[in-house]
Amino acid sequence: MVPFLLEVSDLACRRGGRPVFEHMSFGLAAGELLALTGRNGSGKTTLLRALALLVRPVAGTIRWQGKDVAADPEAWRGRLAWLGHLEGLKGDLTVAENLEVAERLRGRTVPDRVRLLAALATFDLSALADRPVRTLSAGQRRRAALARVVLSDAPVWLLDEPLNALDAPAQAGFRAALGKHLAAGGLAVAATHAELGLAGARALTLGSRE
Amino acid sequence: MSGFAGLVARDLRLVWRRPGDVAVVLAFFVVATILFPLGIGPEANVLARIAAGVLWCAALFAALLSLDRLFAADHEDGTLDLLLLAPWPLELAALAKCCAHWIVTGLPLAALAPVLGVTFGLEPRVLWALAATLLVGTPTLSLIGGLAAALTLGARKSGALLALLALPLCVPTLIFGAGAVESLATGGDFGAHIAILAALALVALATTPWAIAAALRQAGE
Repeated sequence: MVPFLLEVSDLACRRGGRPVFEHMSFGLAAGELLALTGRNGSGKTTLLRALALLVRPVAGTIRWQGKDVAADPEAWRGRLAWLGHLEGLKGDLTVAENLEVAERLRGRTVPDRVRLLAALATFDLSALADRPVRTLSAGQRRRAALARVVLSDAPVWLLDEPLNALDAPAQAGFRAALGKHLAAGGLAVAATHAELGLAGARALTLGSRE
Repeated sequence: MSGFAGLVARDLRLVWRRPGDVAVVLAFFVVATILFPLGIGPEANVLARIAAGVLWCAALFAALLSLDRLFAADHEDGTLDLLLLAPWPLELAALAKCCAHWIVTGLPLAALAPVLGVTFGLEPRVLWALAATLLVGTPTLSLIGGLAAALTLGARKSGALLALLALPLCVPTLIFGAGAVESLATGGDFGAHIAILAALALVALATTPWAIAAALRQAGE
């Protein structure tokens, strides 16, 4: 059996005093993708935020290589690339500036132009590198946020509805980037309504509690 | 430290792209201050007597005016999540935000105050003293205001709530800031007032980043 890199056991979260999910357990080995599906309000985003330590679970543990991630949250956050339902881009900064700032916030040096343009090229954004984000369309912003994820080199990707607002070529670009990330031994957890279309993706369906 | 410097630089750049936001704050400071000589009339004694208090109050209100967007803007576009997920202490990020706020409001307010002091008929050494007290006192306003901004994040009518939270906490700074300038006229100990102002700033520096970080984590849940 392949050893799990990321192991979630017996995780439980509450929102506004009501349980969202309980006894959530799964493990992911290197190169695995977990697709979270489920109705609206079934707790996909809450689970992603719990994995990122943005939401404190009421029970359970998240382990990375056997160690509880809550023991050293900064080291764990350093391994994460995050794409929320908000893009996390500043409208007054250009696409390139947004990506540079995000890298600095992750405690890394400013990426050189070649690396930056390579990440942007993945999502066909090279021509928009120096355009302010506020002038971009919703799909272009989503692509810029995905380029930020690719640029981060983080081993764990946490993605909330990555395909939202993406057109067909951009979806293909995303699949290629995700495939490359997984092939290099990375992990990804993605909440999604659409089919991610990657062979070998594990699926986890969250039940809804109306 | 790369993250800290990166965040300060980002916020300064954002202000640079939208200089109007800061210009409004400074214009408010100028207009609010100038209303007093117009309203009270040209009695030099009265004006010189109230100048320090008026300028300090106006500076406090002006600083508060710009604070409600401090974390709200990051909250709305999702960049707050990136701060929460940064692999370095959130306390430092909170400090970086307040630092950037001070550079774009506290510093210009301190520089403008002596110019406005002229309309109150203050003598040159009092003008310098006024600038010095604001220079030492405004970091406290940015830190305490930052805490109020973080606590009111996501609340409706956050602007009014923010002022209600921050103003009482700023009272000691106001008293010793205006008192320092006053002490020049009454022959008190100016240095002692400045030392107390600096002490207040240090207390704010040593406590508010932790409280801001806790409030931001709560807002992120």
